[in-house]
Amino acid sequence: MNNSFLPIITISIFIVLIWYSFSIVLNSSWALDKAERSDRQLSFSELVQDTWSQKKPKLPTPHQVGYEMWKTIFDKKVTSKRSLVYHGWITLSATLAGFILGTILGVLLALAIVHDKATDLSVMPWIITSQTIPILALAPMIIVVLSSIGFTGLMPKAVISMYLSFFPIVVGMVKGLRSPDLLEIDQMKTWSASRFQILIKLRLPKSIPFLFTSLKLGMAASLVGAIVGELPSGAIAGLGARMLSGSYYGQTIQIWSALFTAAILAASLVGLIGIIQAFVFKRMMITQ
Amino acid sequence: MTDNTIITAKDLNLKFETGDGPVVALKDVSLNVNKGEFVSFIGPSGCGKTTLLRAIAALETPNSGSLSVNGMSPEEARRHRAYGYVFQAAGLYPWRNIAKNVRLPLEIMGFDKNDMDARVKRVLELVDLSGFEKKFPWQLSGGMQQRVSIARALSFDADILLMDEPFGALDEIVRDYLNEQLLKLWHSTEKTICFVTHSIPEAVYLSTKIVVMSPRPGRIIDIIQSDLPDNRPLEIRDTKEFIDIAQRVREGLRAGHSYE
Repeated sequence: MNNSFLPIITISIFIVLIWYSFSIVLNSSWALDKAERSDRQLSFSELVQDTWSQKKPKLPTPHQVGYEMWKTIFDKKVTSKRSLVYHGWITLSATLAGFILGTILGVLLALAIVHDKATDLSVMPWIITSQTIPILALAPMIIVVLSSIGFTGLMPKAVISMYLSFFPIVVGMVKGLRSPDLLEIDQMKTWSASRFQILIKLRLPKSIPFLFTSLKLGMAASLVGAIVGELPSGAIAGLGARMLSGSYYGQTIQIWSALFTAAILAASLVGLIGIIQAFVFKRMMITQ
Repeated sequence: MTDNTIITAKDLNLKFETGDGPVVALKDVSLNVNKGEFVSFIGPSGCGKTTLLRAIAALETPNSGSLSVNGMSPEEARRHRAYGYVFQAAGLYPWRNIAKNVRLPLEIMGFDKNDMDARVKRVLELVDLSGFEKKFPWQLSGGMQQRVSIARALSFDADILLMDEPFGALDEIVRDYLNEQLLKLWHSTEKTICFVTHSIPEAVYLSTKIVVMSPRPGRIIDIIQSDLPDNRPLEIRDTKEFIDIAQRVREGLRAGHSYE
């Protein structure tokens, strides 16, 4: 942890510096046009000041995004349609629902694949194919089909999240459940262990490290799924809807703050899984 | 075959299909193991000694010939808990402490709780590891881990102990110590032990019967009945009797091995 602190800080400062410089470069044409129309010459410091404080900049500065986030997260009532907490929760609930469904589906599929040769051969290619279809093309179809049978709101978004998140779970768990070596399986056979006993006492504990890696990937994918699910549905709530409406009205600051909120949300969720992982690994004496 | 015979193999043949064509792992192998014997299987790699042990444990199925363990087929014998198997690696689960590792086969076989605790305590005493119940595998040396593995194989009171190069990965000093301990254990428990090794001194030191095997195809070259006394301090390895037997094993190995 301490070892990585300095490099991370260095890179962060570097990124912020680049960001501010690009804000000047990208927003300067607007500032210069404005100055020309009012027949004024801008000094460099005036130019910088203008490019860093426009209402609809091409690239808002970090402090503008930070201020917008502060305003919409802490200053607005959480029930307000302009509160990012409100929109964040809408997206988070779909993310978590999709993540749980995806995890259950992924684990069940992995169990079937590991224990049944026919499932392995017949289902696995379809699982891989499923992830080659661009989700942006598929998401509207899922929403249309589900709404036609009466499912709207959280449900279609959760399904899209599930669609994205089950994949890393299946792949990781198949690998994890197959990670016991031949000796360990033979050992179990010499005790006449049933397939179920081998699963419970050997395969599942051995798959735990794989599971946590998969859960982190699945959680991130799930959030992406929920946001993508909000884009084509004309949703009015959620971080995705916030980004979309921001782009309609050229509210770049709004887009960026929704984007950062999503990123912070993803980092927190993945971090939470990391904390649980550290706890479980410690209890199970897993070293990595 | 006498009443005393516990393992009988007759004309066993076993072939593995590999990418390079079939490999004859066992060819016309016949052997009797009597109750209470300590039998070592020795030979270079590929001679089928491990395959023979695995066939006895029903981990491999011979293509032809007959094999009986305790008067049953190997599969039936396994279900009747006829043998405990000790592999080359201890195979302890890192997430279970020592007591729980020893308990593992007992849980699988469905022993009741109090019985399990008593058995774990008893077998850990047998391998001289009392007090290590709460330790985890990584806290134990390789030799200690292998002793836990032996305790685990003894926990359900099988009459036969099948051991596949159990000390192969350990250094010689630890090995000597464990060999001595194993002999004591064998005397006190009166088990029948089948022991695969490629160390001549180990085979001669431990065994009442030494089966010398040879590769391509895997077959038995010589069966030597050892007349060393039951009480065997490590120094016995310097006596003439010991050296004579070792010499006969070496000749068998040489005769069976064409060094092409």
